Amino acid sequence: MPDTPGKNAIEVRGVRKVFGTGEAQVAALDTVSVSIRENEFFTLLGPSGCGKTTLLRLIAGFDFPSEGEILLYGSDIAPLPPFKRPVNTVFQSYALFPHMTVAENIGFGLEMLGKPRAEIDARVAEMLKLVRMEKLAKRRTSQISGGQQQRVALARALAPQPKVLLLDEPLSALDYKLRKEMQIELKRLQHETGITFIFVTHDQEEALTMSDRIAVMSSGKILQVGSAREIYDRPAVRFVADFIGETNFLDASIDSIDGGKAKVTLKSGATISATVADGFKPDGDATVVIRPEHAKAVKGKGDISGLVENVVYFGTDTHVHVRLDDGEAFTVRQQNTRGAMVEFERGERVGIVLGDDAAQILKD
Amino acid sequence: MAKRFSIRQQTGFTTIACACFFLLYLPIAVLVIFAFNESSSVSDWGGFSLRWFVAAWSNQQVVDASWRSLKIASSAAIIATIAATMAALATTRTRTYRGLTFKYAFINQPLMVPEIVTGVALLIFFAQIKIASGYNGLGYLIAAHTAFCIPFAYLPIRARLENMDLTLERAAADLYATPWKAFRRVTLPLLWPGIIAGLMLAFVISLDDVVITEFVKSGGQDTLPTYMLGQIRRGITPEVNAISTVFLLLSVVIVTLFFFLSRKRD
Amino acid sequence: MATAAEIEKQAEAREIRTRWYLSAPALIIILLAASGPLLIVLLYSFLTPGPYGDVQWKFSTEGWVSVFLERDIFDDTLSFASAHLTIFWRSLKLALMATVATLVFGFPTAYFIATRSERTRDIWLFLITIPFWTNLLIRTFAVLQVIRNEGLINTALINLGIIDQPIQMLYTDFAIMVGMVYVYLPLMVLPLYASMEKLDFRLVEAGYDLYATRWQVLKRIIFPLVRPGVVAGSILVFIPAIGAYVTPSVLGGGKNMMFANLIELQFGQGRNWPLGAALSITVMAIVMMALLVYVRNTAGSEVRHG
Repeated sequence: MPDTPGKNAIEVRGVRKVFGTGEAQVAALDTVSVSIRENEFFTLLGPSGCGKTTLLRLIAGFDFPSEGEILLYGSDIAPLPPFKRPVNTVFQSYALFPHMTVAENIGFGLEMLGKPRAEIDARVAEMLKLVRMEKLAKRRTSQISGGQQQRVALARALAPQPKVLLLDEPLSALDYKLRKEMQIELKRLQHETGITFIFVTHDQEEALTMSDRIAVMSSGKILQVGSAREIYDRPAVRFVADFIGETNFLDASIDSIDGGKAKVTLKSGATISATVADGFKPDGDATVVIRPEHAKAVKGKGDISGLVENVVYFGTDTHVHVRLDDGEAFTVRQQNTRGAMVEFERGERVGIVLGDDAAQILKD
Repeated sequence: MAKRFSIRQQTGFTTIACACFFLLYLPIAVLVIFAFNESSSVSDWGGFSLRWFVAAWSNQQVVDASWRSLKIASSAAIIATIAATMAALATTRTRTYRGLTFKYAFINQPLMVPEIVTGVALLIFFAQIKIASGYNGLGYLIAAHTAFCIPFAYLPIRARLENMDLTLERAAADLYATPWKAFRRVTLPLLWPGIIAGLMLAFVISLDDVVITEFVKSGGQDTLPTYMLGQIRRGITPEVNAISTVFLLLSVVIVTLFFFLSRKRD
Repeated sequence: MATAAEIEKQAEAREIRTRWYLSAPALIIILLAASGPLLIVLLYSFLTPGPYGDVQWKFSTEGWVSVFLERDIFDDTLSFASAHLTIFWRSLKLALMATVATLVFGFPTAYFIATRSERTRDIWLFLITIPFWTNLLIRTFAVLQVIRNEGLINTALINLGIIDQPIQMLYTDFAIMVGMVYVYLPLMVLPLYASMEKLDFRLVEAGYDLYATRWQVLKRIIFPLVRPGVVAGSILVFIPAIGAYVTPSVLGGGKNMMFANLIELQFGQGRNWPLGAALSITVMAIVMMALLVYVRNTAGSEVRHG
């Protein structure tokens, strides 16, 4: 039963959250609906102030929604206080109790649930092993490193076997190398425990590498939900395309639509085929996005053409900035491979070849 | 110029500061030294002796006043600290609500009024109650001391609470602790150093009070400070020095504890 | 079932209610044994003195009139109560002088502590804190022993042959002032130190870089930046100084009275409670004015620093 595909652990239905009253009222969440599947590594991604942490706090129970429902396996938990929800949180600051040892921290939740001592001890030992902290069980939390504190915070939140684990930017305080390690560690823990993870971050790379599905948020709304590949390759709206990775935006007019494909004419007159985002309403004009690595610059004719403005070397790849004939800017990213390199000069005339399926039409 | 120019140096400041520290401790040193004087003079040194400590110890009035002082100070400090802890919990870590500013002002009010005025006010008020109730015990002194100890006890407790991370209690709630359990297991243990500091502060403040006690006390209710004031007004013997020395020692011990407790961070 | 939004509202209302219950004991104790009785003092200042102390419940402004004026026993004419005015003047003068003197000594001391290294700073601070929390009466008594005719200073001066008769310092205004400076110095140093500790010495460096002398740096940069500490310290010294009771009683003797001694007299031998009450209200009014100056000053400095 736990592996029934499509079974939802959390369902957020029409949730609004406003802070303040009257004139000073601010909607931190503006009618958000989303379903999070069981055993999923689900990420809320967005810039600071987009409402991702607010949504997490509503699920945890630290705030109450102004409108809407939050269902945990079908029952509304929105009115419950945090200590009555089978949901645990890993805090951004870890929030480890400074007056308790590592083991006491991990056992706290079980103790509060009134579990017998023997069961608590066994479970704490198991958790310590899971996060590889057996040797530091008796330490005070102030006597261990940041990475170790992170592991304790994880173990503490996992110990009561919550139905859902909430992680509020848990890696943001770690340095780059440790962060990479913990990303792998988190994936391992999620796999081993089989618990649904809801992960909040503003780091797109973190989101892309770890998540089963991502919800991109901005200004209190969820803009797009999908797998990392869907979000990156098929951005539905301009914000998503812009926030994740680098993108070229081109104005175009629609010639014809057939199923999910369309023929569009760019301003330069060139006609290309493009994928249409779900929910697109055709009204003649459209914005086409093309990722820099999905295009190729060539000496000679391509789908579109322009003059090279700048060439920037990045080690693994090179960016060629082109001013198209119709005046728009376009960037091409080429991988640097030994030998077989085509070099470009500033001011040189180039053609740009667009790969199949490279172009995507945005909803907005 | 041989000396290097120092950014922080100000001409004469070090001299004045050192003079201040010296003058601050000189009279206290003199007082302590003469407590050990063999002769009954407080100006001529007649050799080392503990006779004035013995004299004070066997003076029934001193012993009674000391006990009374301790009784009042410990009762007042404990009650004031409990009330101040509750008040601090009620006035920190919250959005402003109606009446919050009023509470701050009201709790700190005893600090704003000169002691003499409070003393007079309590003299008048308690005189009426004494007539009405017929009760003449130490309760009046304890009540008065508790009131002016509250703002002092409140100070370190509130400071500690405001520096405390709210997410810790949120984490406790997330881990199934009810509000009461979260308070007992997380808030209270972290608040302890503040409470102890507040208790000691209140104790010292109560122990030191002269003015309000002088006005509130009934006959035969001298505390150690009011007893000493009476003695000093009458003329001085090294016995007062001896009492002062013991008193000083007690204060220094408490202040030292307080100092290190309030510096301690975890 | 109630919605989450309703539950939140109820929880908020409950929380505020709990916060009132929690603060109730402290508020009630202070109301009964500190704030409330102040109103009774105001009431008493408008009553008639009783023959053996206390009051008769008859309205009278005599208490307030005799704060500044005295009635001639024979022809009932009013003239200024010169004895009272002398005491008022002495209280104000001594309190102000003590404030200025503590500032003159306290400023360099606080600066000295603030410019020590992190480690030694705590020790110096501790040395200031000890007298702050030791018994005021004992400290006053210690001053008395030093400035008596047979005290350390006079003995030393006579032994050195500088004087042959002891200088009478005890039981003078000078003694009261010295005593107040001595006992209230920590009250000045601590807030001064608090604001100096935050002083950014790069600003001082900038001052020297722009050709300021030491004195100019002190006057134009350091002093304006630590002004909140100066104001706080001055208020903290002035308020207890204007109402001082112990220091003038011990060091001023019977003649050199200050406000507090005059008030005490009315409740003792003077047997004029309404006058004592009116005098108490007067002292409180002076203190309130000083506090108002403080509030104005701090509010102003907040605006200036953004």
